[in-house]
Amino acid sequence: MATKRSADAPRALIRPKSEDVGRGTPAPSSWALGDGQQVPWEYAPAPEARDIVQLKSRYGLFIGGKEVAPRSGQWFTTVDPATEEPLAEIARATVEDVDQAVSVARRAFKREWSTLPGSERAKYLFRIARILQERSREFAVLESLDGGKPIKESRDVDVPLAAAHFWYYAGWADKLEYAFPNRDPKPLGVAAQIIPWNFPLLMLAWKIAPALAAGNTVVLKPASSTPLSALFFADVCRQADLPPGVVNIITGPGEIGLALVKHPDVDKVAFTGSTSVGKEIGRAVAGTDKALTLELGGKAANIVFDDAPMDQAIEGVVNGIFFNQGEVCCAGSRLFVQESIAEPFIERLKDRLSTLRVGDPLDKNTDVGAINNAAQLAKIEELVEAGIEEGGEIYQPACELPARGWFFRPTLFTNVAQSSRIAQEEIFGPVLAVLTFRTPAEAIEKANNTAYGLSAGVWTEKGSRILDMVSKLRAGVVWANTFNRFDPTSPFGGYKESGFGREGGLHGLLAYLDLDGGH
Amino acid sequence: MADQPESRPALRRTSRSTGSTCRSSAIAPGAPSEAVARIPVRKTYKLYVGGQFPRSESGRSYIVRTPDGTPLANAVRSSRKDVRDAIRTARGAVAGWSGKTAMNRGQVLYRVAELMEGRRAQFAEEIAAAEGLTPAAATAAVDRSIDRWVWYAGWADKISQVLGTVNPVAAPYFNFSIPEPTGVVGIVAPESSSLLGLVSRMAPAVVGGNAVVVLASEGRPLPAVTLGEVLATSDVPPGVINILTGLRRELVPIIASHMDVNALDTWGVPHDMRAAVETAAIDNVKRVARPPRGVDERFDWLDDRRAQRPEWIASFLEIKTVWHPIGM
Repeated sequence: MATKRSADAPRALIRPKSEDVGRGTPAPSSWALGDGQQVPWEYAPAPEARDIVQLKSRYGLFIGGKEVAPRSGQWFTTVDPATEEPLAEIARATVEDVDQAVSVARRAFKREWSTLPGSERAKYLFRIARILQERSREFAVLESLDGGKPIKESRDVDVPLAAAHFWYYAGWADKLEYAFPNRDPKPLGVAAQIIPWNFPLLMLAWKIAPALAAGNTVVLKPASSTPLSALFFADVCRQADLPPGVVNIITGPGEIGLALVKHPDVDKVAFTGSTSVGKEIGRAVAGTDKALTLELGGKAANIVFDDAPMDQAIEGVVNGIFFNQGEVCCAGSRLFVQESIAEPFIERLKDRLSTLRVGDPLDKNTDVGAINNAAQLAKIEELVEAGIEEGGEIYQPACELPARGWFFRPTLFTNVAQSSRIAQEEIFGPVLAVLTFRTPAEAIEKANNTAYGLSAGVWTEKGSRILDMVSKLRAGVVWANTFNRFDPTSPFGGYKESGFGREGGLHGLLAYLDLDGGH
Repeated sequence: MADQPESRPALRRTSRSTGSTCRSSAIAPGAPSEAVARIPVRKTYKLYVGGQFPRSESGRSYIVRTPDGTPLANAVRSSRKDVRDAIRTARGAVAGWSGKTAMNRGQVLYRVAELMEGRRAQFAEEIAAAEGLTPAAATAAVDRSIDRWVWYAGWADKISQVLGTVNPVAAPYFNFSIPEPTGVVGIVAPESSSLLGLVSRMAPAVVGGNAVVVLASEGRPLPAVTLGEVLATSDVPPGVINILTGLRRELVPIIASHMDVNALDTWGVPHDMRAAVETAAIDNVKRVARPPRGVDERFDWLDDRRAQRPEWIASFLEIKTVWHPIGM
């Protein structure tokens, strides 16, 4: 297999040509099977049945416990990124719909939710957690259909974690005074929450669970390319008999999200998404009394020392950047390998890339699914081209890509400069920039050389070095000898331009409480 | 307040040479002298940056008056470059200060209280003049300022235990969360409470390991400058606390938009500037610590229950979560 592909690299960026299809998986060079050999096995398709998801042709807004048509009378289409086929029509909310949702949430806050004892709020949240567990297969398939992520990830990560978040925060609802002793914790009121398309259900859980546990009501806007799991969650709320208006879900373009954030009767704004949109939201609430938390972009450094456990580090690096197609704010998109092991490490990494299975998100063997939307694919392609233009050496396994849908090959760049766009900008795709370092001090200097500060990884067998690196990395989450782990008890959030506030754990409650009892 | 070079009035300054009263009588040029009246030596109020006392590079000043309008002194009117120098100095001090042990930071803050205790009379005199307080009220403010340093000094090696957690994740990982300083904090000190308000906002930022650039009260900046003189002889490393004086409308936007400031304390930002300041602050996603709804300049800084709190330390801290596998 060719390891230097600069000459024909641009070809690799565009949709697969017909000659790419059906070539099978090339064998890693370390297997010494000789050039052009295929891996000596093929995977049989292992598709997850999609008929467990019953899609309606249209989904309205979820306001006051009811599905309502948008006042615009307009609908937009959400598509399956793996096939580009339409899945359903989704309501395009208007500013009046936003008004309505906020006032319904306000009424539910005043009349019902804020006066309900914490122990009763807890039971609703426990119910939601249970229903998500009961319907886990359905949600997993739905999440992969609408978002393009591999079924094994939605099944093993997104959905169980979403249920776990409700479970965890349910227990806090009647114990807030133990979380903040000597304070008088009270809910803030109506929370406006805007979530991204990379983990639609999980981000919904991160937002709604702590908000409800603390006694707030919410108006949530999912991303336009992945609204379905939020709209299915509306049905979970109905099944749980959650009082109408406690959770409201509106759908529409970014400007509707902005209208929600700007609404004068909103007390709290929580946003997860890109840093540029986060700043826009920050400007929209500037000068108001609204509480704000932002979980924004990242450009995580994954630092591998020469004494790192090699196999685990390779798996960790691969998981760090190719989990969810790299469409992860905390993705380990910059790999720093110690110079002394750089060559063998990169070789093994390339081999591992060549065995990643890219394709149908609903196939249980798929490692890398579809890119969520066409605009994102275009952005990935643009940045990869910039990486080549700036002198980066690209490597992509010659894996087979489906003929339809938005896919991108796992990609690795060597010979990357610190200043290169692919080392500075968040790509939000399966693209890894590989850089090297000699000393721990150099690794720290380079890892912190970014406006972001969401996450970082350290790989070494030396405990004292881990702790030293951990304390010097300016990032909100540091994974040592692991990467991309999440848990409802574990606070998550960024330093610097990756945002402020934490989600998860006891710290996650703080974003939804006034510790002075509202006075 | 602007420069009025054409009609610069005589300055009435507090003076320790005039005996036991807190508010000294005016010493105006040409006042009739008693036997051998001593001409007091006046103090030039300068900035405090990097452990030194520079004047503004701009050479500008403005007149500070008592609440009844009597001129007290010329204070430095800092410029954009002064702000930038102070921020650069603060950035340079972050690593050293945050790298000290928590116990050491606590002792350093306690030392500030020790040194202020020895200057109680001077501070009381200056506050009385600046804020128009009775001697008793001024002394109460000074005493509370000193006690506040002591209160926050004690938090240095405890805040991590209150804010930190060990998280019982549902997998074989050891997982913990600890607070760390945000970095450089810009503080717009409260306008009316010249010393107690200033200390109450500055101490929580400093004890957590941050370096600060403080814009003192515009109308009442002199006690802040004197605090700088205390800090200069304390154990607070140069650059950890930097104190500027000058005009709010000129300097606040510069601090708010500076890309190397991590957090901003807006308790002293006039209400009509808030939207613009927060808009500028989001450009590099600054953490903004603002007074809660309904709190204004009449806030009672003497009320320990409300005016000193661990959350104020937390507002200038980041929470870092660390994962490590458990296994053989």
